[in-house]
Amino acid sequence: MAQQRDYRIDASTLQQAQQVGLASADWHACKIDRKTLKRLMKRENQAPLAHFGLWLLLLIISGSVAFLAWGTLWCIPAFTIYGMLYAASDHRAHELSHGTPFRTGWLNTALYHLTAFMTLHEANFWRWSHARHHTDTLILGSDREIAVPRPPNLAKMLLDLCYIASGWVELKRIFRHAAGHLTKEDMTFVPESERPKVIWTCRIYVTIILGTVGWCLAIGSILPALFIVLPRFYGGPLSQLFNLTQHTALAENVLDHRLNTRTVKMNPIFNFLYMNMNYHVEHHMFPMVPFYHLPRLHDHIKNQCPSPYPSLWAAYREIIPGVLRQRKDPGYFVERHLPEKAKDTPRYPNGSRSTATA
Amino acid sequence: MSEQWVEVCDADDIEEEDVIRFDHGDRTFAIYRSADDEYFATDGLCTHEQVHLADGLVMDNIIECPKHNGRFDYRTGDAKGAPVCVNLNTYPIKLEDDKVYLKLG
Repeated sequence: MAQQRDYRIDASTLQQAQQVGLASADWHACKIDRKTLKRLMKRENQAPLAHFGLWLLLLIISGSVAFLAWGTLWCIPAFTIYGMLYAASDHRAHELSHGTPFRTGWLNTALYHLTAFMTLHEANFWRWSHARHHTDTLILGSDREIAVPRPPNLAKMLLDLCYIASGWVELKRIFRHAAGHLTKEDMTFVPESERPKVIWTCRIYVTIILGTVGWCLAIGSILPALFIVLPRFYGGPLSQLFNLTQHTALAENVLDHRLNTRTVKMNPIFNFLYMNMNYHVEHHMFPMVPFYHLPRLHDHIKNQCPSPYPSLWAAYREIIPGVLRQRKDPGYFVERHLPEKAKDTPRYPNGSRSTATA
Repeated sequence: MSEQWVEVCDADDIEEEDVIRFDHGDRTFAIYRSADDEYFATDGLCTHEQVHLADGLVMDNIIECPKHNGRFDYRTGDAKGAPVCVNLNTYPIKLEDDKVYLKLG
């Protein structure tokens, strides 16, 4: 087994990353006219209400069918669809954590708390964690949201198709925070004034989780848990396949999202489920642009970015060999090719190394 | 340090409900024009991660940091919730002869 790179995060690793100019650094941003960007950043309520309304309606319909079909084989496809929609809360919680979908603030907040519970990401903790991820995307010693550390752990990756490895970590964290304990890593990005919110929200999560378990025990059936908590696990594969396209096998310790992030073209159903987060270079470079404007943002900056992957399958044709190679050579990463006229700032600083090109 | 009024720009250089960056010496400021055609000034950098607020979004009385959606009331400098906890400093501003002036001190 190849040697594990150092993914520890504490005050000293963060300081080291800052000293070498990788943490809290200036990142490359594609050129875009201020008026255009301002127009793309503008929010509305109509588009996100339609989106969330449809998502919730589909959840209710598939859940109702699953409930009525319980005890028959028809409940299997119904729960499959319900679980897939439920697990897609992960992408909704992510977008809502940025506060970008709705013009009306309380709609962002209310739906964020709902979807964050559904995806088992405590809302306050993840808002801070994700802010760090956007400041220092794939910077070692700072970013705690590196989904596939090198060398990749294939068993963990397979388990995470059903959120088993990461979900277990999240559940333990929720219970630990509910008990009032934050780790040193947690304290590098959650300010002291915010920690009580993390703790009390986790206590609410624990109450709901234990309440669901108690409900199952009381009626002698797993049915309640198939609607709450468990769908995040059994419905997780498609969402995880989406998430892994974001950064897997790409460069660490670079200051350009075009080099460490993928944009993948998807079909309209996947775009809906993934909430346009397949435009991930665009999302990272301009995180204030709401999900419904990302395709237009893509059109404005695509000439300055590497070609998008034409499909989910095309992305995995690169990711799978890349991950397998990183098992033996953790220094390997897939190098993204910038357009000729946008090659002014390719930055692969010391500590990064490419052994092949894709 | 003595107080001084510094010329920033022409009044029309800032669109309604928008913000521009203004650097003076080694300091940087954000100068706002509200939808009601009033002008305001705050520190130029977000108190969370030192990002220039002038690249952010002005919506109603709020400036949102372009990096992490940190929100401030630009009239008072008040931080409006995670991920910002520390308020911005605000500065007096005036219009004279269609020019915007910022008071430093």
